[in-house]
Amino acid sequence: MKDQLYDVVIIGAGVIGSAVARELSRYRLRIAVLEKELDVACGNSSRNTGVLHGGFTYRPGSLKAECTVEGNREFDQVAKELDVPFKRSGKVVVGFNDEDMRNILKFKQIGETNGVRGLEIIDKDRLYRIDASAGGEFAMYSPDSGILNPMQYTIALAENAHANGADFFFASEVTAIDNSTGRYRISAGDKCFSSRWVINCAGMNCVAISEMLGISGHQVKGFKGEYFVLDKKAGQYLNIPVYPAPNAKGGFSTHATPTIDGNVLIGPDSYLTDDPDDFAATREHMQGLIEDGAKMFKHIKRDFFIRNFAGTRWKRVDPDTGEILDFLIETRTDKPGIVNLIGIESPGLTCALPIARRVVGKIRDREQLAPKPSFNPVRRGITPFAGQPRERQQALINADPNYGEIVCRCETITKAEILSAINNPLGVVTVTGIKNRTRATMGRCQGGYCETRIAALIQETLGSKETEIRYQHAGSYLFTGKVREDDHAA
Amino acid sequence: MQHKQVIIIGGGPAGLAAALELYHNGVTDILILEREKHLGGILRQCIHDGFGLLRFKESLSGPEYAQRFIDEIDRLHIPYLTDVTVIDITADKKVLAVSKQGLLEFQAEALALTMGCRERTRGAISIPGTRPAGIYTAGVAQSYINLANTMPGKNVVILGSGDIGLIMARRLTLEGAQVKAVFELQPYPSGLPRNIAQCLNDYDIPLFLSHTVIDIKGRSRLEGVTVAAVDENFAPIPGTEKDYPCDTLILSVGLIPENELSLQAGVELDQRTKGALVDDSYQTSRPGIFVAGNVLQVHDLVDFVSAEAEKMALGIVAYLHSDSSQSTHLTIRGDASITHTVPQRVSGKKDFILSLRPSRPAQNCAVQICQNERVIATQTFRKVLPAEMIQIPVAANLLAEAGDLEVRIAC
Repeated sequence: MKDQLYDVVIIGAGVIGSAVARELSRYRLRIAVLEKELDVACGNSSRNTGVLHGGFTYRPGSLKAECTVEGNREFDQVAKELDVPFKRSGKVVVGFNDEDMRNILKFKQIGETNGVRGLEIIDKDRLYRIDASAGGEFAMYSPDSGILNPMQYTIALAENAHANGADFFFASEVTAIDNSTGRYRISAGDKCFSSRWVINCAGMNCVAISEMLGISGHQVKGFKGEYFVLDKKAGQYLNIPVYPAPNAKGGFSTHATPTIDGNVLIGPDSYLTDDPDDFAATREHMQGLIEDGAKMFKHIKRDFFIRNFAGTRWKRVDPDTGEILDFLIETRTDKPGIVNLIGIESPGLTCALPIARRVVGKIRDREQLAPKPSFNPVRRGITPFAGQPRERQQALINADPNYGEIVCRCETITKAEILSAINNPLGVVTVTGIKNRTRATMGRCQGGYCETRIAALIQETLGSKETEIRYQHAGSYLFTGKVREDDHAA
Repeated sequence: MQHKQVIIIGGGPAGLAAALELYHNGVTDILILEREKHLGGILRQCIHDGFGLLRFKESLSGPEYAQRFIDEIDRLHIPYLTDVTVIDITADKKVLAVSKQGLLEFQAEALALTMGCRERTRGAISIPGTRPAGIYTAGVAQSYINLANTMPGKNVVILGSGDIGLIMARRLTLEGAQVKAVFELQPYPSGLPRNIAQCLNDYDIPLFLSHTVIDIKGRSRLEGVTVAAVDENFAPIPGTEKDYPCDTLILSVGLIPENELSLQAGVELDQRTKGALVDDSYQTSRPGIFVAGNVLQVHDLVDFVSAEAEKMALGIVAYLHSDSSQSTHLTIRGDASITHTVPQRVSGKKDFILSLRPSRPAQNCAVQICQNERVIATQTFRKVLPAEMIQIPVAANLLAEAGDLEVRIAC
């Protein structure tokens, strides 16, 4: 098969790869994004708290601190351009004792050095007025922190990149990279790609890709954390993320965070893992989350639990000392044409676009980039039915009667939205893809009512066979076949 | 805004029975709102038989049972709308629904809430492990097989011995799947004895009581589950773990009344049933809003659902005629021997049927209803099971004017 020719190949379609594709699509470049899964945001980009961080726990002068503050400041504009649900909710970091106060004061000062605005220490009364559900005797209030839907943000970046000419290839796991001809020849899935530039945005697999690129010596360490997702009935009690005071190193344990969609997340805790694919929930950690979560969120109870998930922060560490290191955006003179991103973990969601701009800068250091006049930074998502004023809902139904058919009862998602998601610009056709684009199946019945309908709509719309429907990953078939073959005798 | 005397939300067995009973009692300005394309509710996917033994004295399939009511609704031209989903109701009985024709707004004099229930999910019971495809609640698997002609898997483990899980053990076996075992957390089955006999024993499917799934394995599609015995506090017993390779896990771990709309109207719920608190007319804490069927309490037999809905309909008729809510002042409480009662309060002025479930199996026992430390009604049973609902008629003339009612099972 002939190689597919590109200027830039981006490996990984998480939030970082998608942001890099979007920022590079501002220029006259042929861009391919290679993703081993069947959709964007299948790794840790969808397995986090969905918080836009302020930047008060990162070492002053670090890339983490710089990019977080930059990413935070611009996000109202970004959310508007890309049609991403976002709320500048603020955040409280609560404390119970003197040690907590010392740590809070330390990080308030670090935050101020980093340029975080509006940090203030508040007493219990003020904390209670900000959120009556929050635990704690006192707190640091960070007005600029926010909450967003990380899946929708990644999808928005990828769709905008795609609309501006970037090509996305799913089920395309990179298995070999060859540099003997001066260009990079990348084997991925059943295709081969040839490009001048390779950007390693492989997240949890960044070291493996780095080694395929011929850059060794990097090491990452996995800090896994588990979460509970709570029903929207819990969400009505919580309107601001509640974090415990950080430890002396700036690490937070289990917090309670409202999601932009109205649920509550309890988590993550933190423990080590070696396996990039280890997203299993465990009994012992679930129990810990309930106990620690109750300190942050007074209304936690079992009736509210609707789901669990886990994610892992793959932090770059010094191979000799084990010390945790900053994000790395690496170029090397002996390896031209590579931008190697190592250890991009939390706060990667906040930092995605600032990191992407720095990647563009690394390329611009080596070659002229010609702006593309046709670049359009604006992307529109699927118009939701839920939450709109009645007149608007009526207008939506008038324009498209499929807005008058509720498919997902818990989240009030209509057939029109499901069909838009099935026909999404990136060509993703998994059940999880539809879920992440619409919120269908994300409510308290977890798809009990709508999953059968979504499966039927996929079959009807795309003419798929039942055995072709995938839940999330390749091989995650929903059905083994028909119960009975169609009656041919008739 | 259209005006209707009674709007019935949900065209399943409770809604259908309520509509007919209202009609037969002279209330004809009725509208049933149903979100599916057809009336019948969950009965449509229950193609096994055993429905109607009490009511019709014959064994019908779910669709056949529903059709008896639907035929009657059609014959009497009782109005209904399908493909209409109610998204909001208010305490003053306004109803907002979504249809392909647009938003529909109604003002009702009385509301009958008959929305049924939903299944408890993996997330609700927090089963540890990975998140592959191949994990289905029993009702979803039933819908896939019976309505969509799609087979969810071949090698099956079932967690929970609820009736739908037992029915699905048989259904999957009949369609060629290998059902390895059913595991139940409790030390007794949560499904009916007849389903244990006909769906498991007849097909040599083992049932393990006091067992649960403690781990789920597989990245893409389910590859297996780990099961362990549990102690009296439901904690897994170390050393009893056993792996079962399978591609499908069916969950039949409980049903939860679907009360999202009720909450929007400010209807007060009972933490035990997860359904509304009702009086002997099946009226909720909101005057003119009535509930019956699985949205009120999870039933074992549809025959009881129909009967309860008819009682509710009579309550609505009385409400419409008297224009004042009955004063209710006797509260009903159960001790630890029962899981709940319905109703939770009564007027004391009329006969009623007390529904309850025992919290554990017992033999040679009596359900006692006491008031002011005195047993006013008692009914003896050779055996009671949590899987079986108990219904006891209580005559108003046995009740004193004041004094809450206490219910217990004495052995």
